[in-house]
Formats: sequence, structure tokens, C-alpha cells
Amino acid sequence: MTTTVSGRPAAEDDRPEEPPPGDPFDRDVLPTPKGASRALLRSLLAPARGRVRLAAVLLLLQQAAVQAGPLLVAYAIDSGVPAVRRHDHGPLVAVAAGYLVCALASGLLQMAFVRLAARVGQDALLELRGRIFRHAQALSIDFHERYTSGRLISRATTDVESIRELLNDGLQELIGVALSVLYVSAMLLWLDPATGGAALLSFLPLALLVRSYRRRSLIAHRRRSTAIAAVIVKFTETMNGIRPVQAFRRERANDADFDGLNRVHQRTNTATALAMAHYVVCSRLVANSMVAAIVVWGSYRVADGSLALGVLAASVLYLRRLYDPIDRLGMFLNTYQSAAASLEKIAGLLARRPSVREPEAPVALPVRPPGRPGREVVFDGVRFAYRAGAPVLPRLDLTLRAGETVAVVGSTGAGKSTLAKLLARFYDPTEGRILLDGVPLSALAGPELRRGVVMVTQEAFLFSGTVAENIAIGRPGASRAEIERAAKAIGAHDFITALPDGYDTDVRKRGGRISAGQRQLVAFARALLADPAVLILDEATSSLDIPGERAVQRAMRTVLRGRTAVVIAHRLSTVEIADRVLVMAGGRVVEDGVPAELARGGGHFAGLHRAWRDSLV
Amino acid sequence: MTVTREPSSAAPRPGRHSAVRSLLRLWPYVRPVRGRLVVGALSAVVASCLGLLIPLTLKWIVDGPVAGRDPSGVWLGGLALLVLGVAEAGLFGVRRMIVAGPLARVEADMRAALYARLQRLPVSFHDRWPSGQLLSRATTDLMLLRIFLSFPLTFLLVNGVTIVVGCVILLQQRWTLGLVLLAPVVPMVVLCSVFEERYARTARKAQDQIGDLTTVVEESVLGIRVIKGFGRHRGQERAFRALSWRLRETELRKAGLLGTLWALIVILPELAIGAALVLGVVEVGDGELSAGTLVAFLSTALALRWPVESIGFLLAITNESATATDRFFEVMDTAEASAGDAVATAPVLAGARVKDAGLRLEGVWFRYPDAPEDAPPVLCGVDLSVRPGETMALVGATGSGKTTLTALVPRLHEPTAGRIVLDGRDITGLSRERLRELVAVAFEEPTLFSASAAENVLMGAPDAGEERLLAALAVAQAEFVHELPQGRRTRLGEQGLSLSGGQRQRLALARAVIGEPRFLVLDDPLSALDVHTEALVEAALREVLATTTALVVAHRPSTVLLADRVALLSRGRIAAVGTHHELLHTHEEYASLMSGPAGPEGGDPR
Repeated sequence: MTTTVSGRPAAEDDRPEEPPPGDPFDRDVLPTPKGASRALLRSLLAPARGRVRLAAVLLLLQQAAVQAGPLLVAYAIDSGVPAVRRHDHGPLVAVAAGYLVCALASGLLQMAFVRLAARVGQDALLELRGRIFRHAQALSIDFHERYTSGRLISRATTDVESIRELLNDGLQELIGVALSVLYVSAMLLWLDPATGGAALLSFLPLALLVRSYRRRSLIAHRRRSTAIAAVIVKFTETMNGIRPVQAFRRERANDADFDGLNRVHQRTNTATALAMAHYVVCSRLVANSMVAAIVVWGSYRVADGSLALGVLAASVLYLRRLYDPIDRLGMFLNTYQSAAASLEKIAGLLARRPSVREPEAPVALPVRPPGRPGREVVFDGVRFAYRAGAPVLPRLDLTLRAGETVAVVGSTGAGKSTLAKLLARFYDPTEGRILLDGVPLSALAGPELRRGVVMVTQEAFLFSGTVAENIAIGRPGASRAEIERAAKAIGAHDFITALPDGYDTDVRKRGGRISAGQRQLVAFARALLADPAVLILDEATSSLDIPGERAVQRAMRTVLRGRTAVVIAHRLSTVEIADRVLVMAGGRVVEDGVPAELARGGGHFAGLHRAWRDSLV
Repeated sequence: MTVTREPSSAAPRPGRHSAVRSLLRLWPYVRPVRGRLVVGALSAVVASCLGLLIPLTLKWIVDGPVAGRDPSGVWLGGLALLVLGVAEAGLFGVRRMIVAGPLARVEADMRAALYARLQRLPVSFHDRWPSGQLLSRATTDLMLLRIFLSFPLTFLLVNGVTIVVGCVILLQQRWTLGLVLLAPVVPMVVLCSVFEERYARTARKAQDQIGDLTTVVEESVLGIRVIKGFGRHRGQERAFRALSWRLRETELRKAGLLGTLWALIVILPELAIGAALVLGVVEVGDGELSAGTLVAFLSTALALRWPVESIGFLLAITNESATATDRFFEVMDTAEASAGDAVATAPVLAGARVKDAGLRLEGVWFRYPDAPEDAPPVLCGVDLSVRPGETMALVGATGSGKTTLTALVPRLHEPTAGRIVLDGRDITGLSRERLRELVAVAFEEPTLFSASAAENVLMGAPDAGEERLLAALAVAQAEFVHELPQGRRTRLGEQGLSLSGGQRQRLALARAVIGEPRFLVLDDPLSALDVHTEALVEAALREVLATTTALVVAHRPSTVLLADRVALLSRGRIAAVGTHHELLHTHEEYASLMSGPAGPEGGDPR
């Protein structure tokens, strides 16, 4: 499953290298434990077991009411007519009353069934959506970096949609088919065991057909689900990057790429429909030939007197009805297999365990003695490598004293961001541990961890909602006064009040109207509101102008007092407020000291500092 | 966290049209496959007719050869049955096979059309519409339409015809009883139209709610680092839960409506059949009607039961499809980025005097089209002239409209008033395609696409060769791509390796310069670079800028020094133009914007 840019000369060599075969992420098939999809469906329906049974009973009663209609007609003609001729209107009144009851019963029961079934289905969907969402949120960053947002969206939307179809109509179809087959088989066997037996024999080839259809269509539906996920990935990527798409005239190239993915989906769609067509033709052929054979056989038995003519006539009529549900069964199987393919993908997602796990026996952080600022951080023999790569941090032993503001500098790839992400527990170290006041990060429960450590990144993502709500992510339930205080502290208050609705301005689609610098200020305010013991700032001021940056720095002098701070910055202006500087290179700390001293020395930092001074003009 | 409703300005809904009117708009997409659809429908009709012949043949066998003990007749009958059966199976298969491909194609075509349109809609459209709403239109809505075209549409026609024919037969058999049976038609039509109205509204609501849900999912995946960083899964989950709960309520309301409709559609005809039965029995008793006619009449009536009952869910899915169609056309009807595209482009410099060359903004006003009435415009009368070959830095406080101004040059947004002139030509007179060929942009937030590193850069100049690629990478100091796991073929973007902000910014810069564009617009292109790299990029960029007309948004003196002159944007206007040193000494606001933290006095910035 690849998206490559096409229609370009000499592009052939620049195509992205194909992923190694067998990487489940690239083929959008995560390993799913056997039977997991069925277990998932069962667990979704389990709480509604009683309702499912009740629905089945309603449907049975409804069918009984429907089937009573022809019986009443027969009774009316056989007994009603003679009675009327005798001027006895009793049977006719009974028929009228009976018909009225049946009509009302079949209508009302149908209504009750539809409503009940919808409830069962919607409750299961609510649970399923919630589970996917919760699980996706719980999975670690490394999972998200590989799975892509488009696929997750596809799991939570189109895959849920195909399960919705099953839950919506599946129950009714299934019960309908089963009832009708049972009823007709019973009638046939009762009329004439031989004919009935022969008819039942025909179920054998039909069962084989059903089996082969299920296999074929599951494969087709699997491909379809993967194909639509690829379409969604491309779609979201384009819409989220619409500015560069338009500015670089990517529209036509994108049309071509999208067309490729879209056509794959079209083909898989056609394949599922063809599998269904194949099944319908074959099973109809089996059924219709069976009818012909039984009729001929029956006729001979009538001829030699072993079968009554009336019985043959009746059997033949029932025989035809026996095979009526074939199409409906096909439809049901189609929705079922489509749902099964989606369930499989969802179950695969739900089976992923977060690589950064919640502790089983969480430990609480020691109570901070009053007056002691922040918390102490210890990197104890930490080694870290991204999947299948050389170690980014070969070995790191480091102690950040409580209340210290530490600046981390170094060139791209030196391991600064990795250090920050490990401290924020976006990843767990490959070896070694990170201690917060002596407690390993991995032993802290989520909420406890976030009271301890919060990270502000360079990409300041805004969620749709108001500015105030976006700041309140730092601490849900914060009052407006607290939110404003945080914004004022960081110098964001002025621009926010200048917005059309002040703090209640809707940032709309990912903050389209708020400039990058302003967004960083909002992200800062968010972090301040969270009031963590350890604050990590990962290039969090890159888009600010100089007065903005200066305001932030002034604010930080007060804000960082009372907590431990790790500041990653390529603008050394930030370093001025630090108590200590770490210079990193190749995943190791190569210089460590007080900024002023390092700047005076002849090391790496001194060079950086000089270059920065010069850049200020 | 609340989720934005679909903006009302984006989706004007002038009193819903009828379902039929909406669905008829699908015709252009269905047209190319109409032949196949008609053949498919015809084979369905023929197959149904053959299906009706089978019971007749059975009756003939039982009454004829079997009763008459005629073995050859039995074989003949059996053979006839087999032939009919095979033909029926074959035709049903043909119907499915013949429409499978075309209907998948209709869905794909509509999706491609939607995607193509969305790519070409102005950026302001995308600012207004939550992307989940767009995505749900492209997926669930279109899937529903394919399903609708494949079965319900055919059934609607076939069952409708069956009902009409059946009624005619009933009236012919006994018009008095027939009228009794037809009695519920009027109330049913009234009730159905009431239902249609309500159901369509609820279905539309459900579809919009799915769109909102999609938006929350998308945001919570894209913003996962923030959510994790603050441990805010619970909050997002609550928002999601509230929305999916609302969706459930809407779906249950839909089911409630559908259930009521089912009840009415089952009960009313049944009551009529019951009444006809009682009347018929009385008439037979009085000798006015033969028992045989009554049986025939009632069998016909009972045979019509399924077609009538099916109307319930067929109406439901028809209405849902109609609202899905509305949703699709809401986007398709939005005017594509207006004028200009059709205009044939003359050579750029034709008729222009040399002094007109360069980039000029004349009295440019801008306010976002959906901004509230009383909000001040972002730009109010910007006049700026960049001479050919000159590099102009654009400086202004955070949020002063610098990024907005740069977006006007490649026409990502349209000025509200005034004009922008490139080499003497109003940019509205150029096709967008041509304009964007002339102007290359590096955005402040560099977006990389799921493609190889080299492809990402080559997007700026699709037919550039090896040499230019290497040169562009060198200018942007982006040679790090050679060190990536698979070199420049390493896949980047969402489906690939994630790079640091600085690395992405350098690739975006390479993308902008590789095309050797006539005009270069750079929005704070070096903000995420460290000092060393910045200095290297600046040195290399100077050579590029020497021959290019450029507008560079700058926050820092180091970037400003790339430029020949600086323009200060303040309160929506150009407050001053001059060299960096001139402005530093003559303009207070500029001095405060540019003086570093270690600057002379570090006074209050505001």
C-alpha cells in the first residue's frame, strides 16, 4: 500500500523505498489473535443479551401474526361462507376480530422490534466507538507515528459503519431466514419424509457454497477495508496541507495519486459485489435444479402410487419457498463478512498494547516539603533507540536538581528532543530508568505523571473550540480568572482580548486565524495552567517575535521559579535564564555547566554563544 | 471542549428540496453507466417474470402429466423447470455482475470529483469547514449512495410498478372490493409525506453528527502529543462520548420514526384486506360473488403485501440518500476559486513598462470573508513595491497580518480591495496555475507529504534534474537527507519518518527555491534553525536572493539582513520602508521589534 507521486519525469529513482515486506503497519494488517473479532462482537452484544432475546421473541410473535393471515382467509372461505349462507354471522365476526388483532399485532410488534433492535445496535456501536477512541488515545506515540491518523480515522468511521449495517439489519435477516427455513423444512418432512429428506440433502452443496462464499468475500472485504483506509489517509493529508498543495500546484499530481487509490477501492468494491453475484448464481442453480429433480422424482412416485397427488402438489409449493431465503442469506452474509473484515481490523487495533504502559501498582510521588521547589530528575543509565535503529542515546546518567532551570543545546540529531520525550514519558527508555524524586516514571499513574511533568512542543496544536477551552486543556475545570491569569503571565492576554470574541473566540479548524507565534503563546499558557513540578519546553518559542520572546522570558523568570525546567532551544536567548547548560552531541552530554562560565571557556557552547551574539547585530 | 457545528455560512440550506429533486442531481454521475443499469434492471424484471412462470409450470405438471400418468410429459415438464431455473439463476447473476463494476465506478467517480473540487476550493473554504465533515462526505455518504443505486432504487421502481399493476388487477376482478383495498392509499400518502419530511431532517442530522465525530477523532489523533503531554485523554474522551451519545439519540429517533412508519404501513393495508375479506365473504354468501373470484382476489392482495411493506424502508433509505446527495452537492456547488483560471495568459511582461516590473501591492485591504461585521480588517490599504531582483523583508508584531499578506500573493486568499501586480500584470489576470508557477512559497509551518525526501523537494519543480535537486538541498543546508536510512528515497510525512522542525523547515525551503522562481515568498523560513545552520542557510540563500524578487517575513535581525530593504507592517498598513539600519534608528516600533533580549535597554515591548 503505497502512495507515490506519479507523472513526473526522472522520478523513478526518487520513489520512496518500499517498506520491507512483512511490516504489518505498512500493509495495514496488524496481527489479530485468532477468534478475536468474534469475541469482540460477542463482548459488544453481551450486555444486551436480554434485549436480543426479547427482540427474537417479538419477531417470532410477529411472524406468527403474519402467517395467521392466510389461515384466517382459508377459515373465512371454508366456514364463514357456509355460515353466512345459514345467516350465522358468528364465524365471520370471529374472522373480522381475528384479522383486526393480527393486523394490529403484526404492525405493532414490527414497530417494537425495530425500536428494540435499534437500541441494541446503537448501544453496541456506542461502546465500540468509545473503545476504539479510548484505546487509540491510550496507545503510545510510537504507535501513532507508524499507524497514521488516516487509518485510525478509518477504523473509527468507515469500519464502524460496516458493523452498523450488520447490527441494523443483521438480526432481522438472520432470524427471518432461520425461521423460514425451519418452518418450511418441518412442513416438508411432515408432508412426506422422503421429499423432505431429499430437500434437506440439498443443504449440503448449499452449505459448501456458503462456506466458499464466506471465504472469498472475507478476503475481498478485507482488501476493501484496507483500500478505503488508504483513500482516507491521502484525503486527510491533502486537506490538512491544502496551503502547500495549492501553492505548489499539486492538484493534478494529487488527482492522479488519489485516482490510483480510489480505483483500487473501486476494484475491491466490485470484487465484493462479484463474489456475491457468484454465490447467488450458484446457489440459485443448485436450488432450481433440486426443485426440478424432486418434481420429476415425485411424479414417478405418484405414477407408481407411492405418493398421493395432493401431497406432491403441496410439497412442490413448499419446496419453492424453502429456497426463497437464499438471496437474503447472501445479503446477510455480505454484511456479515464486511463487518467481520472491519471487526478484524478493529480487533487488531484493540489488541495492540501500549508500549508505554500504565503501571499495575502505581506509586505516589512523595509529598513535596513546603518551600522546596520542583522535583529532582535522575536519568539512571538510560539508553534509547528508536525501533530498528542505532541508539540515539547510548548511555545517559544525569541528575537535574529540584528547582533548577536547565537549558539543553546542540545540533539537530544530538538527542535533545529524545531526552525531552523520554522525560515526558512519550517513550520508555530501552534500558535504564528515569526517576522523579526517586520514583521511576513508569511507576506513576497517568494523572500523577502529568502533575509531575508537562511538555510544551514546537507544534502548538489547537483543538476546535474557544481560546479559553484550549488553554483549559492544561487544567480542566480551571476558572476563567485562572485561565486569564495564565494568559497574562505569558503575555498572551493582549492579543486574546483583541480577538473578535476575546477568550470565547472559536479557533476553528486548527487555529487557522491565529498566527503561529500566538499559538505558541496559547500553548505556553496551557502549560502554566497545568502547574507541573517539571516543565519541559521543546523549542517552544521558535515562532515568537523578539518582543514576544522577551515577554515570555520575563514571565519565565517568575514562572519557572518553584519548578524544575528543561528548556530546549536553538535561540540562546532562552539560555540566559538557565542555571545550567547541557550541550549534547551524538546522544551524549559533552558540556555541562553554568552558562556564563561555559560562554567564557573555549568549548562548543562558547562557539555557539559567539555565533548567536553576532546574529543579533 | 466543544466541537464546532458545521458553520451555517458554509452550508446555506434553503428549505430542503424534495428527495426526488435531490436525487435527480446524481444523473451526471450515473449517466456514463446508464446502459448497464438499464440492462441490469431489465434482467431483474425478466428474472422475476421467469420466477413467476415456475409455479405455473409446477401447476401444469401436477395437473397435466402427473394426473394423466404421462411419463414423457413429466420429463418434459422437469426439463422445462430446469431450463427456467437455470435461466432465472443466470439472469439474477447477470444483473448483479453487470452493475457491480459500474456502481463501484459511480462511487469512485463522485469521490474523485469531490476530492478534485476540494483541492481547488479557496483556502478560506477549508478554514471554515471542519475536515471531518469533508471526509464523512467523501466516505460514508458516497458508500450509502452506491448502495442506494444498487438495490433500493431498482426495488423502488419494480415494487412501485408491481403495486400499480396489482391494483389494476384487483379493480378488474371486483371493483367494489378493490376500492375497499385502495381506501388506505390517501392516508398512507399523507402519512408517508409527513414521515419523509421528518425522517429526512433526522437523517441529515445524523450525517452531520457523524461528520462532527470524525472531526473529533481526527483532531485527537493529530493532537495526540498535546493530549499525551497533558494527560488529557479523559477530556477528549468526554467530548467524544458526548457526541457519540448525541449520535445514538439521533439514530434512535430515526429508528423510532421508521418503526412508526412500519406499523402504519403494515396495519393499514392489513385492515383493508380484513375489511375486503369480510365484505367478500358476505357477498359470496349472498351469491353475488363466486368463491373462486374471492380466493383469486385475496391471493393477489396478499401477494402485494411485501411490495407495500417494503415501501417503508425503501422510503427511509431514499431519504437518507437524498440528504447524502445534498451534503455532497453543498461542497460541489461552492464556487471554485473564482475568475482568472479561464483567462488565457499572455507573456507576463507584454505591454508592461520596465518600471512596472517587480512585485507591487496597491491599496490592498483584506478581511476574512467570515469575519464578524464589526471586526477590523486585517490589512487596510497596504502599498508596497518590491523592485525586480530586490529582497524585501516584512517585519511586524506577532499577529500583525504578515502571514496573511504573504498568502495573498499566490492567491491563497483574495484581497477584499486593491490589487497585487507582478511585473506589471494584475495577478487576477493570470491563471492560478501560471501565478503559482511564478511565485514559490515556503510556509512557516512546513508540511511534508507522504513521499520520499527527494519527491517532497521536487514538488517545487517537477521536471528539475539531479543537479538542481542537489543545489536546492545545498542552499537549504538539507544535505542531511543523504544520511537518512534510505537516503533521499526515505519516505517522509505521516506515513514515513518524522523529522524535526528544523529539518522540515529546511526541506520546505529547498522546495521553494528549487524551481528558481521569479518571485519568492518566504514566511519566517529560518525560525526553527539553530544559529550555526541559520548562518549557513543565510549565506547560501543570499546568492539565490540576489537574482530573485523576494518577500521575506522576518522576526529576527539575522533574517532581516538577508533583505535589501525592510517594510514594517503595523495596524494593517506599511508604516515604514527602509534599510534595517535606517529603521532601527528612525522608527521606534521597529527598534523595539528588532532589539534582542540583550539589546541596549530592553524596555517594554508593547
